Amino acid sequence: MSTTLSSPPNLLAKSTGNVAGRKLKNIVMLTLCIIAAGLAILVLGLVLYFLLSKGFSSLHIRLFTQLPDNIDTSKGGMAQSIFGTLVLLGVSSAIGLPFGILGGIYQIEARGRFASLVRFFTDVLNGIPSIVIGIFAYAAVVFPLAQRTHGQGFSAYAGGFALGILMIPTVMRTTEEILRLVPFPLREASLGLGATRWRTMWSVVLPAARGGIITGVMLALARIAGETAPLLFTIFGNQLFATHKVAGVSVPTLTAPIDALPLRIYNYSQDVDPNHNAQAWAGAVVLITLILVLSIAARFATRGNMQEEK
Amino acid sequence: MADRAPTVPLTTAPLPTVPLPAQSVSKSTSKPSSIPPASSLARFGDKIYGAVIFLASLSIFGIILWLFWQLTGASLPSIRHFGLSFVTGSEWDEVSSSYHVLPYIFGTLFSSAIALLLAVPVSIGAAIFLSELAPRWIRTPATFLIELLAAIPSVVYGLWGIFILIPFMKQFIVTPIVGSRLPHLPIIGELFKGQSAGYSMLAAGMILAIMVTPFITAVTRDILRAIPRSQREGSYALGATKWETISQVVIPYAKSGIIGAVILGLGRALGETMAVTMLIGNQPPNTPNGISLSVFQPGYTLASALANKFSEASPGLSTSALVEVGLVLFGVTIVVNGAARLLVFYTAKDVQGGK
Repeated sequence: MSTTLSSPPNLLAKSTGNVAGRKLKNIVMLTLCIIAAGLAILVLGLVLYFLLSKGFSSLHIRLFTQLPDNIDTSKGGMAQSIFGTLVLLGVSSAIGLPFGILGGIYQIEARGRFASLVRFFTDVLNGIPSIVIGIFAYAAVVFPLAQRTHGQGFSAYAGGFALGILMIPTVMRTTEEILRLVPFPLREASLGLGATRWRTMWSVVLPAARGGIITGVMLALARIAGETAPLLFTIFGNQLFATHKVAGVSVPTLTAPIDALPLRIYNYSQDVDPNHNAQAWAGAVVLITLILVLSIAARFATRGNMQEEK
Repeated sequence: MADRAPTVPLTTAPLPTVPLPAQSVSKSTSKPSSIPPASSLARFGDKIYGAVIFLASLSIFGIILWLFWQLTGASLPSIRHFGLSFVTGSEWDEVSSSYHVLPYIFGTLFSSAIALLLAVPVSIGAAIFLSELAPRWIRTPATFLIELLAAIPSVVYGLWGIFILIPFMKQFIVTPIVGSRLPHLPIIGELFKGQSAGYSMLAAGMILAIMVTPFITAVTRDILRAIPRSQREGSYALGATKWETISQVVIPYAKSGIIGAVILGLGRALGETMAVTMLIGNQPPNTPNGISLSVFQPGYTLASALANKFSEASPGLSTSALVEVGLVLFGVTIVVNGAARLLVFYTAKDVQGGK
């Protein structure tokens, strides 16, 4: 500020403000922004660094091929967890996708107050914490199932139900957004040729939007693959190392308790056994790889579609 | 629209120049009068189609109603037994079957407040940097990193928190502060009272901050990028510095969007379960009413209490009370999200009024 004293025309300085002061403020505030960004990137970089270094150092092929070993924990793997996660993704897709995609189609076909009401409640459902969905799945699926079968009720059905419900709003919104991008003249041309509405949707609009819808589905899968909280209440009865592996030789049993990768990571992180801690890190790397593969595949799905259209 | 569509079976329409194409192609009957049935069949198909997609969209209401009904139904014994004292009392005791959640509500709000306090300035600063200042060679990888971290599941953040954050915190934050004069200051001191094993409100708040930072940064950056260049150019032309342009033109323009991003981050923090459960300590702090303002004390949030106590709950009142915890969490998120929506609505109105 002292430097401004040298500028003689005081009146002008008043009308344009204190130039040096403004410059100083400019530099200070911009520096603060840079520091903030640096801090964020530093912390996020540390997250990634430790994840990769700790995870890869304990990654081993056993993880994919072996079941947990109770006697020598260093020899165990988590094959049943990976398998369980894949089964759960399948069950939740079977529950969540039809409702999600059809609901998205409805939002593009229907107009008016009711459609925007649906949209609003989709957001509401999207904002409900996943653990509440887990409790809901417990009350709605696990508990009745337990009473009917006189078992525990914890099952792939219950887990898939919870995850499927988490998928619905995401898939619905992305489907709607993608369908909105399909040019309206395309539909009008089809309708003008005499096609019915469902035919137009099936043969014209959906093929045009296929890549985008697949992207939405992949991203929804990537989101629920890492969900842990709802699984605590739905597949939770089976956390013994003795593995209630669900596979018959060929067909997964959906009514029996099942394991899942995020749940196994959670359990192993709470463990005092350092071998299990190491396996939790390795499991985290596997889980993140799965999620990344889904996300990247989602990008490719859209890209392939674009090229096709050209 | 389908009703007004011409009554020609569409799959076979061979670019007719004369309006009699049906005769040449229709298989069942060749009389023109046979066309209306075909179209009514088509209309029937559309009706089914309409009904199916309508029902699918109704599923949203169905799920929310079902959820509400199930949660209230299951927590009814607890609601009857404790009434309003459930949310105003502090004690949670399995032995005497006395269940109250005020400390958990407090913990949920407190940890989220810590998270936002830490995350919001950093995220907005980082977003301004990425959108307004950064050269391309930083922007691209930084944006990639942020997107990557937004996709990492919370259980992995929890794992990182246990083995990296907590040891770090103990050594570089807790020990120096506890050893300093800070805890003995009159009002601020309350925030730093007590010894901590690392598992604490602060740990939970920090991991939440780390988790919502990528999210708030990414959304804010997108909003800032969407602001028309002409706004900035106009400001520069008037002689404003870069910071003046940012603070007086760019940010006011993006205000409601940024608030929306922060609120979305808050919504995530409130319902976040795994990472918090793994770091918050899951025991009541050392105070008579289970509420402590100290960030070094352990605690509970609604979500972490649910996750943590569920395995110990016995059937009956205990389980019922836990389900009611879920119901309260449901209520808290709905109220916060609703208030947030109103806030965004009104600030958006302000901006428009300002124009």
